[in-house]
Amino acid sequence: MPPLHASPASDALQATRVVAAQRWRVAALLTTGMVLVYFGFIALVAFRPQFLATLVSDGLSIGIVLGACVIVSAWVLTWLYISWANRVYDPALAALKAAHGSVDESDKERR
Amino acid sequence: MPTLLLLQAATGAPAPAPAGTSFGTPDPVAIGFFAVFICITLGITWWAARRTQTADHFYAAGRSVTAGQNGFALAGDYMSAASFLGIAGLVSTSGFDGLIYSTGWLVGWPVVLFLIAEPLRNLGRYTFADVVAARLNPVPVRISAAYGTLATIAFYLIAQMVGAGSLIRLLFGIPYETAVMIVGAAMMAYVLFGGMLATTWVQIVKAVLLLGGAALLALLVLAKFGFDPRALFAAAAAQQGAGVLAPGKLVSNPLDAISLGLALMFGTAGLPHILMRFYTVPDAVAARKSVFIATGLIGMFYLMTFILGFGAMVLVGPTVIKSIDAGGNMAAPMLAELLGGRPFLGFIAAVAFATILAVVAGLALSGAAAISHDLWSSVVRKGHPKPGEELKVARLATIGLALVAIALGVAFKGQNVAFMVGLAFAIAASANFPALVLSVFWRRTSTAGAAASMVVGTTATLLLIALSPAVQVDLLHKTSAIFPLKNPALVTIPLSFVTGIVISLLVPDRGGDARYTALEQRLLLGAD
Repeated sequence: MPPLHASPASDALQATRVVAAQRWRVAALLTTGMVLVYFGFIALVAFRPQFLATLVSDGLSIGIVLGACVIVSAWVLTWLYISWANRVYDPALAALKAAHGSVDESDKERR
Repeated sequence: MPTLLLLQAATGAPAPAPAGTSFGTPDPVAIGFFAVFICITLGITWWAARRTQTADHFYAAGRSVTAGQNGFALAGDYMSAASFLGIAGLVSTSGFDGLIYSTGWLVGWPVVLFLIAEPLRNLGRYTFADVVAARLNPVPVRISAAYGTLATIAFYLIAQMVGAGSLIRLLFGIPYETAVMIVGAAMMAYVLFGGMLATTWVQIVKAVLLLGGAALLALLVLAKFGFDPRALFAAAAAQQGAGVLAPGKLVSNPLDAISLGLALMFGTAGLPHILMRFYTVPDAVAARKSVFIATGLIGMFYLMTFILGFGAMVLVGPTVIKSIDAGGNMAAPMLAELLGGRPFLGFIAAVAFATILAVVAGLALSGAAAISHDLWSSVVRKGHPKPGEELKVARLATIGLALVAIALGVAFKGQNVAFMVGLAFAIAASANFPALVLSVFWRRTSTAGAAASMVVGTTATLLLIALSPAVQVDLLHKTSAIFPLKNPALVTIPLSFVTGIVISLLVPDRGGDARYTALEQRLLLGAD
């Protein structure tokens, strides 16, 4: 770990913090999405059971459709995260690693 | 919390089997399938034992597990007999209400992916306490984390052991105590000799068997309805009334439903045996991919429980199902016997047994890690154990945990332990999850704050459960309970977060800011 007061290290740290903040925003957004979907479903079950009993076609109630939708939305949200991570997060980490490595090098040279 | 979640089979003696089923009689086909499973998994253990020489192998399979393998192993660790037999049973007897659980058990996984998996892999080595302790004073953090971990594992283990004993008596006709001992002994053999590598492969084999068995059963059901789920649901509505397609009596108290939902959603991200699996993969990217795969598999499994449950309702009938087991847990095996005869029943019974065995092995391994890695090496030896000592302690702890599990299984025989899996999730959500999130994402988290959050979270959950209707009314048969909610997560999760934040602000660590700064790059990039 490079010394934190040295200016190249501080630059690396700043860059790390930018990526960390970005990941935190995405994680918080997607977590909120999952919370809203699931507790929205639970709230309908608790407060609007009649609505969920409505049949959309023979044998298929809105409740069953929405229940399946909760499972599908969990898949969609995890897929959104994975695709964001592949497109944005991993390249950003690779750039950080490269920068981090070069800081280590300059650090050794100084010593 | 309603009856599911823990195998009502635990209560009372099974009713005499009606004509045409073979429940409760020793079944050579089932025992044969099960013997094959035991032989294969012991073979795996023998193979893994030769590769398990160091603590890194014992706890983390030498970080050699691929993302795909870990995805299946996570699913195997998570899909317990309670979800296979319990949810199918609940859907078959009360219809739509069972689906509230199918969805609840899944929605914790995206949370694990977004908040926990990658930081955990980057900061820790063997246990989740590694992450919390990374920049804090290790001794108080490790002690509090071991308290939360062992409390979670104890309740999960009791639930599984009692469920195992009763199910196996029903499915195989083996006496309860014998069944509990078989489970304890097999679990001990896997973990003691094969460590994480054997446990991982036991989970993978079990996950494939369980998903394959459930899929086959679902296909056989759908074949009867022209492969149209709507025809199945319509038949259920025609036979049992349209009410089975809509919310029923299960959610009579909205606060209860929300509290249970919180425990399920955030408990998954605090289950020690699930968190430990992220150390078996080479890096954070593999950890991320493995959750994606696990979420896919587990979601598919819960979608299939819709079909199995309604299939059992229409083809077997709720009255017949309840006559064998009041909790409905035999719905899936009965459906298997109806559609595939005795051989298929034998197969599904063996799968259910294997399922319990695998979950118990995962629990034992994470408990052994909490004792040897968190308590012995970090607290007793102050982070400097003698070479090879930690592994010895871990193996001794495994033997101890197996004996404790057998003793608990026998001690709780005949008890209704329905609330215990929910309790395990509530402790995990209130003790482990808040401390993990605070220590990873909040710079000002202090040693005192994290330790207090875990101790208060665990203790408050235990206390409120003891005062809840699940214990006071259902277990002790009092007329009312002091605490109104069946699951305390609605109170204990916020309490644990607030405790952690307030104590961290009141009792900060000296130099805590610099220690967090020193970890910031490792949090994203990992140790290497």
